[in-house]
Amino acid sequence: MSKHLNLTLKVWRQDGPDAQGRFETYEARGIADDASFLEMLDVVNERLIGENKEPITFESDCREGICGTCSLTINGMPHGKEKGTATCQLHMRKFSDGDHITIEPFRARAFPVIRDLAVDRSALDRIIEAGGFISVNTGAAPEANITPVPKSVADAAMDAAACIGCGACVAACPNSAGQLFTAAKVQHLNLLPQGQAERWKRTEAMVETMEEYFGSCTNHGECHDACPKEISLDFIAYLNRDYIKAKVKNRKLASQS
Amino acid sequence: MIGELKSNVPAGPMEDKWTNHKFSSKLVNPNNKRKFNVIVVGSGLAGAAAAASLGELGYKVQLFTFHDTPRRAHSIAAQGGINGAKNYKNDGDSVHRLFYDTVKGGDYRAREANVHRLAEVSVNIIDQAVAQGVPFAREYGGRLDNRSFGGTQVSRTFYARGQTGQQLLLGAYSALMRQVSLGHVELNVRSEMLDLVVADGRASGVVVRNVVTGQVTAHAGHAVLLATGGYGNVYYLSTNAKMSNVTAAWRAHRRGALFANPCYTQIHPTCIPASDEFQSKLTLMSESLRNDGRIWVPTSHDETRAADQIPEAERDYFLERKYPSFGNLVPRDVASRNAKTVVDEGRGVGPLKNGVFLDFAEAIARDGRPAIEDRYDNLLQMYERITGDDPFRVPMRIYPAVHYTMGGLWVDYNLMSNVPGLFVLGEANFSDHGANRLGASALMQGLADGYFVAPYTVGSYLADLLGKKAPDTTHPAFTESIDQVTDQTKQWLSVKGTKSVDHYHRELGKIMWEHVGMARNQPGLEKAMSEISALHDEFRTNVRVLGSGDTLNQSLEKAGRVDDFFELGMLLARDALEREESCGGHFREEHQDDGEALRDDENFAHVAAWEWTGDGKPQVRHKEELTFDVVHPSTRSYK
Ligand SMILES: Cc1cc2nc3c(=O)[nH]c(=O)nc-3n(C[C@H](O)[C@H](O)[C@H](O)COP(=O)(O)OP(=O)(O)OC[C@H]3O[C@@H](n4cnc5c(N)ncnc54)[C@H](O)[C@@H]3O)c2cc1C
Ligand code: SF4
Ligand code: FES
Repeated sequence: MSKHLNLTLKVWRQDGPDAQGRFETYEARGIADDASFLEMLDVVNERLIGENKEPITFESDCREGICGTCSLTINGMPHGKEKGTATCQLHMRKFSDGDHITIEPFRARAFPVIRDLAVDRSALDRIIEAGGFISVNTGAAPEANITPVPKSVADAAMDAAACIGCGACVAACPNSAGQLFTAAKVQHLNLLPQGQAERWKRTEAMVETMEEYFGSCTNHGECHDACPKEISLDFIAYLNRDYIKAKVKNRKLASQS
Repeated sequence: MIGELKSNVPAGPMEDKWTNHKFSSKLVNPNNKRKFNVIVVGSGLAGAAAAASLGELGYKVQLFTFHDTPRRAHSIAAQGGINGAKNYKNDGDSVHRLFYDTVKGGDYRAREANVHRLAEVSVNIIDQAVAQGVPFAREYGGRLDNRSFGGTQVSRTFYARGQTGQQLLLGAYSALMRQVSLGHVELNVRSEMLDLVVADGRASGVVVRNVVTGQVTAHAGHAVLLATGGYGNVYYLSTNAKMSNVTAAWRAHRRGALFANPCYTQIHPTCIPASDEFQSKLTLMSESLRNDGRIWVPTSHDETRAADQIPEAERDYFLERKYPSFGNLVPRDVASRNAKTVVDEGRGVGPLKNGVFLDFAEAIARDGRPAIEDRYDNLLQMYERITGDDPFRVPMRIYPAVHYTMGGLWVDYNLMSNVPGLFVLGEANFSDHGANRLGASALMQGLADGYFVAPYTVGSYLADLLGKKAPDTTHPAFTESIDQVTDQTKQWLSVKGTKSVDHYHRELGKIMWEHVGMARNQPGLEKAMSEISALHDEFRTNVRVLGSGDTLNQSLEKAGRVDDFFELGMLLARDALEREESCGGHFREEHQDDGEALRDDENFAHVAAWEWTGDGKPQVRHKEELTFDVVHPSTRSYK
């Protein structure tokens, strides 16, 4: 049977995008250690509503670590300190009775707070819009098995494609850089044979859009530590390599036309 | 009142229907396409695929989703895979076999012609996804890998680790974002559709609330496509994402669209058992695990030993025992009911005795731990994270949970509802799975509808509108709808009751699960209806929604959704009551032969499509008779 914990929460509350934020303290008593972190907040919210206080706004959807919606900074760490775990997959058995827990939104220049712990991460969509696709209209695809893809290549592409677009990498970065996300997105497509035709154009467009919204990468590696999918830093190295090549190739192409 | 329900299935041999239909469909000339405004609600597989494809064709598309980005729709959570009749394994698969399996798996309650089309386009979906860069699993030779999945005897399931839905959605999302960048699709995120506008007999637009600012706006379109997902969350606890809800479909129902077969709900056999009152959702463990895991419970009711201490002779591998030819791979409904039976007998496992074992010991011994890790690693990790148990050491515990809803808005062969101009795609419609959906077929159906069906059938509908006056938001139907939505929102804030929205949702879920869940009977259903009605009254007068309507207010959003769940729950119970047979996911205890479902083809080989007749009045039941010209109904047997 599960144990129960008494916790003290320091939670960021902010009434709206332009409002001044503040920390509020709540006692969370008798929390079952089988509960997930978000279920713990559900319980706290139920109690707040019971006391006629507005519940804490936080976002989640799948609660299975795959949709990338949940986005809490727990004790200073996006998604908490558990490795390879999104907020929704974090369970209270990782905490101890009497713990003080600070809960904040993902903090980054590109992610304005909407309310309490909810932020706007639509800048990530702008990067995809810039070139995070393979241009193939519906119906224009060849037979799927016509191009063999070596298993190792497919696996590497999948490693990159596993990114859930949560933005923890950005929130963890002292410069609010978007490199790990962008690298994962670019390399997923750049690794595959299908992605070659647009490789250089894609790389340049996505990197430059990223730079409009996000800070610059100075190779701290905090992004990887916070990433719930443990996306490899190697992808950033590949991205940098592809970007340098892309600049040259795209310029050559432009001068030829 | 609605007249006869016309399925509009084209004439001719089954194999030629769709080809002929496409050929005889009206076309819109490329220059005219941009004159048409198409509204798509939902950005899951079905909605993203439809919006992207219509944008590519040149239509002006407006897309609405309440998510913060199209990338996060519930489709993202699908784990196991997607079917495609490619026959890459040379194991005897074909379009015909996929068609046959789906009609049979649906327990002869689906429309044959729709299913055939689904099987036909399944192969195109795989091509499309691969071309988009979906990193499906590969064999060492670089060709696509397949596995067998949930109740089929051929290997036709394509997968991307345990994240197939994620990868397919990212594929559709990338196609969508390309159309956004080209200006063909206007993307409206955090925008919840709260009403369908029907003007002069046609679906002409939607009313939408921006969940961040609370602003309510109207949008006109020549056609409206709902791809808003299923309604499993009427049970509160389900494997669906927390935000999944029935509101878009339900509001369309209230505006005249028929709701078909709501009682066809699917309970998935392999989920992690609930642990306590705080449980907020249930987690699915992909049923691909059943390929290698063996399901068992102790033979004794009073078993207290740890799993590995229980000798072989005192274990009951109940599926293998009862269904020797399919064993652990029987369809979902059969697997679920059998798990319920052993748990009800008191032979459940785990601290609450509410689960059965799914045991990998034999597979690990046979294939080695690395092979099993390679196949299921992220699932096994997820299980360990949630339960704190390591499945390599102790067998997993699983129990059935609500997972998918086969019912939904009624549509004809063109995926158009009885309201002209309203199309319904993906899980939100009732179409292709009959009374039970086979594994790996929902992703297939959502993408079939979105990429390969709607772009043709919507075009054919629009062709007739050329030269006619475009719908616009000055029509009184729009103003009426805006007022109604605005009033409703204020209404929730003014109740000022004592209990939270979640409280009522949870209580509704308990009634549904208890009486309208895996096994149903007349007294239980009647009890459910009276309890739902009483609880709904209490909800409306005693719910507490704090805060205001002009900021992000999650309780306010949920209040409207739960209100709709109450009405749907009522209809679901009624539909279950009136369907006096057992078929697929609908099991009536009165209609069984020693635990095996008894279908009644003579009286119930029809779709029940319910018509809204006004607040407080019971819906009217219409029938669409089903005929089976190719796959002749037989008793499903998996023994
Ligand atoms: C855990 C899990 C695993 C699964 N695994 C598999 C599998 O392996 N294989 C398989 O084939 N199927 C699987 N399924 C089923 C499958 O994932 C779904 O049926 C399918 O993805 C539904 O897609 P959809 O596009 O119809 O709807 P959804 O993906 O649910 O998308 C609905 C969209 O509509 C939007 N929306 C809804 N209401 C409104 C509104 N009022 N206003 C604005 N927007 C709205 C949402 O924002 C969202 O974008 C699984 C399901 C679950 C729960
Ligand atoms: S790279 Fe990791 S942290 Fe960054 S968005 Fe993707 S999954 Fe999240
Ligand atoms: S809620 Fe989906 S990843 Fe956490």
